[in-house]
Amino acid sequence: MSRYRVSVHIVPRKGILDPQGKAVADALHTLGFRDVQDARIGRHVVLDVAATTPDAAGEAVRKMCDRLLANPVTEDYEIARVEGLP
Amino acid sequence: MKFGVVTFPGSNCDYDAFRTVVDVLGEHAVYLWHKEHDLQNADVVILPGGFSYGDYLRAGAIARFSPIMQEVAAHARRGGPVLAVCNGFQIACEAGLLPGALLRNASLSFLGQTVRVRVENTDTMFTNRYAHGQVLSLPIAHGEGRFTADDATLERLEGEGRVAFRYVNAHGALDEESNPNGSVRAIAGIVSAEGNVLGLMPHPERAVESLLGSHDGLGIFQSMLARVSA
Repeated sequence: MSRYRVSVHIVPRKGILDPQGKAVADALHTLGFRDVQDARIGRHVVLDVAATTPDAAGEAVRKMCDRLLANPVTEDYEIARVEGLP
Repeated sequence: MKFGVVTFPGSNCDYDAFRTVVDVLGEHAVYLWHKEHDLQNADVVILPGGFSYGDYLRAGAIARFSPIMQEVAAHARRGGPVLAVCNGFQIACEAGLLPGALLRNASLSFLGQTVRVRVENTDTMFTNRYAHGQVLSLPIAHGEGRFTADDATLERLEGEGRVAFRYVNAHGALDEESNPNGSVRAIAGIVSAEGNVLGLMPHPERAVESLLGSHDGLGIFQSMLARVSA
C-alpha cells in the first residue's frame, strides 16, 4: 500500500442558487472585475488515503463523495489532484 | 401513545419536543440517544431541531449515519410516523427519508422569527386537525432552510399533495417577502411518498401553548394522536 493525497472540489450544482457565489461575483464586479460571469463557492477537501495505485485512491474518494462528502441533490464534485506521499 | 425523541450531539430542541408530548399532550415520551439501536417501542419518532454534529460538512450529513438512524429508517419503512423538525428535516433529507435538500438561506443570515405557513393538505396524519388553507404562526430558527429539489421531484410532490406547508403572508397569500429563506415554491414542509414522514423547518413544538405566543403547532401533534391511535 502506498499513501496518496487526494484533493476534491465540491461545488453547488449549476442552476442551484448559490447566494454566497452571487454575493462574491457582485463584489468582484464592484471592484471592477467585469469579466467575472459566474462564481460558486464550495468546499475543498484534502484526504490522505492508503491505496495500491493513484487510480484506486481516486476511486476510493469518489465513493466517499457519493456517500458523504457531496450531496447528490445539490452538489457536483471533481477529483482535483492525486499525489503520491513519501 | 409513546413518542421517541432522538438526541444527537448538538440537538437543542429535544427537550421542547419531549415537554410538548408529556406536559401538553399528556402522552409518553422517551429520549433515544443517537448511539442506541433501540427505539424502545416508540409509536412515533421525533427528529428534533438543533445543530447535530455542529452542522459540520452539511447540516444533517453526519447525523444520518448515527446508529439510531438505521432503526429510524426501518421504522419509517414499516410505515411508522416520523416528525422531522428543522435540523431533523435536514437529517431526514440527507438520510433519504424525504426528497430534496435544505441549503443556506438565500439571505445568508440565520433567521430567528415568527413566520406564517399555510396548511396545503389536511389529508395527512400530521395535518388532519387543521382546516385547508389555515394560516399558522410558527417560529423558525435556522441558517439552512432553503428547500430545493429538482423539477421532476417538485412536480411529483405537488401532484401527490405532499407539500404540507407553504410560507405565506398574514392573508394566506404567497409573496416573496413572506418566504423567509428563499425556498423553492415557498415550501416549508413536505411528507414522504407513504405519508408517514413529515419534515418542516418551522418549530411546531415551540408553539403549543398561549404562553409561548402561539399554540398553532399543537395541531400537528393532535393530528398524529387522532390518526395513530385510531
